[in-house]
Amino acid sequence: MDLKPDKKIDIAEILKNLENYRAKKRGWVWRKPKPGQKLSDHTFYDHSESLKNSVPLPAAKYFDGIDPQPNPVITTEIASGRFEDDIRRMRMAAWHGADHIMVIRTTGQSHIDGLIEGTPEGIGGVPITRKQIRATRKALDLIEEEVGRPINFHSYVSGVAGPEVAVVFAEEGIAGAHQDPQYNVLYRNVNMYRSFVDAAEAKKIMADANIFQIDGAHNANATAKKAWKVRPELMVQHAINCMYSLKSGMDSRNIGLSTVPPTAPPAPKLWYDLPYAVALRDLFSDFKFRAQQNTRYVESDTDEAQITHAIDTLISALTSADLQSTITPDEGRNVPWHQNNIRSVDATKQVFNALDGLKQFVKLDMDGPLGEIVRELKERAVLFLEEILEIGGYFNAVEKGYFVDSGYYPERNGDGIVREQNGGVAYGTIIERKDDYFAPVCSHFGINHLPEGIKKPCDAIDGCTLCKPEKISFIDELDPEDNVNNRIKSLVEDEKNGIIKPEVEWHGDGFVTVEMVLPTFEEAAEVAALEIAKKMTLIDPQVIHKRVLHPAEGTMLLVKGRVEHYVKLSDIKIPEKVQHLSDEVIEKFVKENDLKVVGATLGEDEHSVGLQEIMDIKHGGIEKWGFKCYYLGTSVPVEKLVDAAIEVGAKAILASTIITHGDVHRYNMKKLDQVCREKGIRDKVLLISGGTQVTNDVAIECGMDAGFGRGTHGIDVADFIVKKLMNKAK
Amino acid sequence: MKSGLERKDDFQLRRAHLANLSDEELKKRFWELTEKIVNPMIDLAKKYTSPSIERSVLLRMGFNSIEANKIVDILYKKDLLGHGVGNVILKISKKEKINYLDAGKKIIEGYPCENLF
Repeated sequence: MDLKPDKKIDIAEILKNLENYRAKKRGWVWRKPKPGQKLSDHTFYDHSESLKNSVPLPAAKYFDGIDPQPNPVITTEIASGRFEDDIRRMRMAAWHGADHIMVIRTTGQSHIDGLIEGTPEGIGGVPITRKQIRATRKALDLIEEEVGRPINFHSYVSGVAGPEVAVVFAEEGIAGAHQDPQYNVLYRNVNMYRSFVDAAEAKKIMADANIFQIDGAHNANATAKKAWKVRPELMVQHAINCMYSLKSGMDSRNIGLSTVPPTAPPAPKLWYDLPYAVALRDLFSDFKFRAQQNTRYVESDTDEAQITHAIDTLISALTSADLQSTITPDEGRNVPWHQNNIRSVDATKQVFNALDGLKQFVKLDMDGPLGEIVRELKERAVLFLEEILEIGGYFNAVEKGYFVDSGYYPERNGDGIVREQNGGVAYGTIIERKDDYFAPVCSHFGINHLPEGIKKPCDAIDGCTLCKPEKISFIDELDPEDNVNNRIKSLVEDEKNGIIKPEVEWHGDGFVTVEMVLPTFEEAAEVAALEIAKKMTLIDPQVIHKRVLHPAEGTMLLVKGRVEHYVKLSDIKIPEKVQHLSDEVIEKFVKENDLKVVGATLGEDEHSVGLQEIMDIKHGGIEKWGFKCYYLGTSVPVEKLVDAAIEVGAKAILASTIITHGDVHRYNMKKLDQVCREKGIRDKVLLISGGTQVTNDVAIECGMDAGFGRGTHGIDVADFIVKKLMNKAK
Repeated sequence: MKSGLERKDDFQLRRAHLANLSDEELKKRFWELTEKIVNPMIDLAKKYTSPSIERSVLLRMGFNSIEANKIVDILYKKDLLGHGVGNVILKISKKEKINYLDAGKKIIEGYPCENLF
């Protein structure tokens, strides 16, 4: 099975024969930098190998369609609760340049003492199971082939089943994972001893499987009231997890700091975020950086989020990032929608494209305030570490509430999170290993007494699953109702019948958004917007964003709702896509035949913008290919236009009719045809009309050779004229 | 629960002993302190095991997660995790001369493990 760019991925096919599927690769893969590469006319220094198949930025059409891929791996988080729908979104994201795909777990999975199996539906994330991972990895194996770059698949090793989850990840080809025992302790209230004992085993398994690790320190950013105040503590949290990981057997190159620029405008962001970024990169120079974008201050305004995230990315470019994580601009209002994963990946790529070479132009001035703040942050972090030791170590510090305190350490505000050493989830569940403790498997951490004659632990069982994958035991489904086979029935059916229905998250969910401006105050606008949405037949409408344009004059609102409407592919008529002639062919023909055109806005119509865009070289109009254009102006009588065509020997008349009261555009077109016939030139001249209300069908019905509506460019008209005349010449 | 402990920012007072360290020395100190904090924690991890670690061992031996849960639950209650669940299973396998996967299933069926050690 392989993918074709013009065909949808076959989810039912992906789900077949999973019990025998093995991931094509294991472990993490970085991008391949290609400094000095030329793409079209431009040289790039901070970009990597291009993709085989991709969707470039919209402006790429002016730059030979290039799609430069920045050096940092780009992350997107996709976890709608139904992995089968996420797979389609992963393919979209890969085409836009994401090569690290992170799946958030369903609510509560970190408190489940054991693994989940099968493919139940999740809430706010996906239940991470062997089957779900294997199916997704199988799809990603195809997608990475299609785009021509490896994709790193990522999830979480935390909670009270960390070591087991790590084993499944190692077996199933997961390339990256969050693992940080501090996260369990502080945010999940897992007992601290249990959390750290489990973590060493999980990290050892990850280390041997070449799984890239991301820590959990950034959560303090998202939790603290004033996120910039916890910067000294964050360095301490990073340090503890890094050191613990090294001592568990991980290579520093597989240990990533998850770091977020802690502020957002209107705060003067650089004053906080840049020194912090520099201090971290100084202290943690042996480790990798996963630069995250800010979530703490993102609410419903997606424009605001995108801009904050662009500045976060600028900070990455000014310092360094091995991975640049993207946050969808809608994260503040809902579980991310398809299009917003793509928006954030594109926006991040756009920033990096623009900033290529930044460090060749700009150097950070460490002699000014930047150096002073960097030094102060490091000293504050060192003081924090000193105090942890003074009060008897990490466990005591947690019990005394030293962490996630909103004070700027050594300041303390008394609001730190307190966790008891003898308390929390799974308290009292660690067991001392006895003198004969033995675990007959690889990637095991700590004391392991091998029986006599055994050199490698798993020799005792003739190989463990990490050495012999065929020993892995696969569970398909446990719940006969809540599983993917039932959920995809409607997808398979709709695909077969060519049903097209709007969606943002799940197949056929029916969600659409309507943007409107209501000329009234905020409170009234919100109620009114919902009423209007109901009249538009939106089901369960909700205002998901509003912006006050003025306290009295107006409010902009975004309303989401569901529709039951759908169309069938077989019922719609898709206009044929015109293949344009090349610039060279058009230019040659125009020159050889000395082509002239006359154009005007007909009747009593003062609009001229559209026609000028079609004619003027400045706007990409047909002059570009050498047409001699005679523009007569606005409100031109039909007779005058035809006379001008005769006078200059024009091969085409371009008539614009933009405003259409009482079908006047139809009248004018018919009249143009009629006058040309009366003057005996109808067969010598092409009649082309244009305007926002004009369609090709209407134009032809009114005697024109062609009509061009909204969205027409010079090339469409130039191409039409030349093709038509070439055919005549034959 | 919140700590309730408040303290004014006394950074200038506290930093006196750091003021004369070079950046390199400060970085060295940062990592030395971190290592001191982490050492006793990693020692704890070397000496202890947990139900999740033992279940992860069973997965690596080729048991599925349902079997792993059941076996570890039983052996946890019998206070045998300290020997290692894999170890317990191999002992049964040897004693009963059966395949180790079947030995694991025997535990689920109620095999008496108390006298193995």
